[in-house]
Amino acid sequence: MANTATRSFLQVAATEEATPPLRVVQIEGLVILKIIKHCKEFSPALVTGQLLGLDVGSVLEVTNCFPFPIREEDEEVEAEGANYQLEMMRCLREVNVDNNTVGWYQSTLFGSFQTVELIETFMNYQENIRRCVCIIYDPSRANQGVLALKALKLSDSFMELYRTNNFTGEKLREKNLSWVDIFEEIPIKVSNSALISAFMTELEADTPVRQCDYERLQLSTSPFLERNVEFLIECMDDLSMEQQKFQFYYRNLSRQQAQQQAWLQKRRAENMARKTSGEEPLPEEDPSNPIFKPIPEPSRLDSFLITNQIANYSNQINGVAGQSFSRLYLMKALHEK
Amino acid sequence: MASQEQTVLQFGQSPTSVSARVHPLVLYNICDCYVRRPDQAERVIGTLLGSVLPDGTIDIRNSYAVPHNESSDQVALDIDYHQNMLSSHQKVNPKEVIVGWFSTGRVVAGSALIHEFYSRDVNNLVHLTVDTEFRTGAAAIKAFVSINLSLGERQLAAQFQEIPLDLRMVEAERIGFDVLKPTNVDKLPSDLEGMETSMERLLALIGEIYKYVDDVVEGRIAPDNKIGRFISDTIASLPKLSPQAFDKLVNDSLQDQLLLLYLSSITRTQLSLAEKLNTAAQIL
Repeated sequence: MANTATRSFLQVAATEEATPPLRVVQIEGLVILKIIKHCKEFSPALVTGQLLGLDVGSVLEVTNCFPFPIREEDEEVEAEGANYQLEMMRCLREVNVDNNTVGWYQSTLFGSFQTVELIETFMNYQENIRRCVCIIYDPSRANQGVLALKALKLSDSFMELYRTNNFTGEKLREKNLSWVDIFEEIPIKVSNSALISAFMTELEADTPVRQCDYERLQLSTSPFLERNVEFLIECMDDLSMEQQKFQFYYRNLSRQQAQQQAWLQKRRAENMARKTSGEEPLPEEDPSNPIFKPIPEPSRLDSFLITNQIANYSNQINGVAGQSFSRLYLMKALHEK
Repeated sequence: MASQEQTVLQFGQSPTSVSARVHPLVLYNICDCYVRRPDQAERVIGTLLGSVLPDGTIDIRNSYAVPHNESSDQVALDIDYHQNMLSSHQKVNPKEVIVGWFSTGRVVAGSALIHEFYSRDVNNLVHLTVDTEFRTGAAAIKAFVSINLSLGERQLAAQFQEIPLDLRMVEAERIGFDVLKPTNVDKLPSDLEGMETSMERLLALIGEIYKYVDDVVEGRIAPDNKIGRFISDTIASLPKLSPQAFDKLVNDSLQDQLLLLYLSSITRTQLSLAEKLNTAAQIL
């Protein structure tokens, strides 16, 4: 402790150079409630909002947030949205709220959040803030007594790749990046001020049964599973579309290579003939020939995202089915009594 | 007050039927504002947003603090700030309007002035006090409405009358107080952990009922008809099914779930296989 007290500013500045990786996102109960209120009120429309807080070492503290109005595709409205954001932050600063953007939150339905837009937003934020997270809340899962909050960030290697916009198979192999590595999930910690803790203890005695218990033990999960499987099938279709794109590309590529080979052989035979007759050989490459034009490789980003999405759906199905098992056995045991 | 009641003294219309409901978010927000109040300030004042439900209940759903200056005998609210914040909030949710104002501590002399300011736009204004200093040793949260006392035509004073306040926190219950109550929670409970605690609670409850029934049967506890009726209602709510039908029901659902599990597992296997193929076999 004495050490830290005597540290000079220079030392502090020096240590800040090597920023520790982000380990934990610490959220205030207030923020959780605010996010849930906003997401729930507008569900099933998807909404977003801004997170405010502090960046302390390996912990990102989220101490407040405010909602964004529902976005409309209008330039005028967009400018107004930016004004709204500035106004809100100015107002909140006046009442001593941490005035530091640390990311944003958004709602999702059945965990379908892995989109190109999300990545773009991430990149936008990342340009201004060194460290940012996206908190994702799924109101559709709240009915099962689950607090579906997730904190995500893009992995560093993915961001690097995205900046150069290079999603060819070769590059991905080089970086050893697979679809699992796009997003990193960061564990969430919850903190509440001592004051609110005291209030809640006083107001809410320890009841034996709570709303969430009731919802957790509810037997009917089929609507949720049904929607999930539906989305899963949709994603599978998308994925097979992507696969077809690649197949098409590879077929074109191999056809082109065959053409190139044929052309080269022809050129070589011609050159041999010219050599024997004492003429200058023609160059072995001809950039003006259309068959030498490289075919652009389709980006793998989409298929990666879809794969991620599918993995997400399968995990959700797995989780819910697993819970249903316990519920069914519980029901059976109860009935046998 | 009763001693003052003379023929000329009139209470304003008495809104006895009014009650208020506070969402937990409001309480959290007020506490947060109080923790973050400026250096010398003794209390926080702010606006309450919400709506009036069809049955007359005032539903308080949101709040924000408004900076103010307080000297011995007057209170100055930052009205510009209040207006700005209000218009910002309404952009997000136009359905939430001003329904009242809050202050930490208790009703003081200045309260009437602020109440008057707010009641310019709204009738049936609620004043919520949250005792953040625990002066009485308990968490006192109270809601008031003001009633005008008038002597003939002359306004005499306004009286704050306490109204019933509903603090049921279904929303917060949903999330679980395990997360919202303690000052520090290391990790959000996962699906299965939540399930486990729920089941444990259910088991404990069943155990308790067993014990109670046994005690009553053996004459250790005086029977209570009300509880007895509750228990019999609960048992009656279980559908009566023949063991075969029940077995079939359970097995069918089990098989459905297994099928889904199988499907999702096979999808995942496919995915990892496809990934290996995609990244390994592309060297042409």
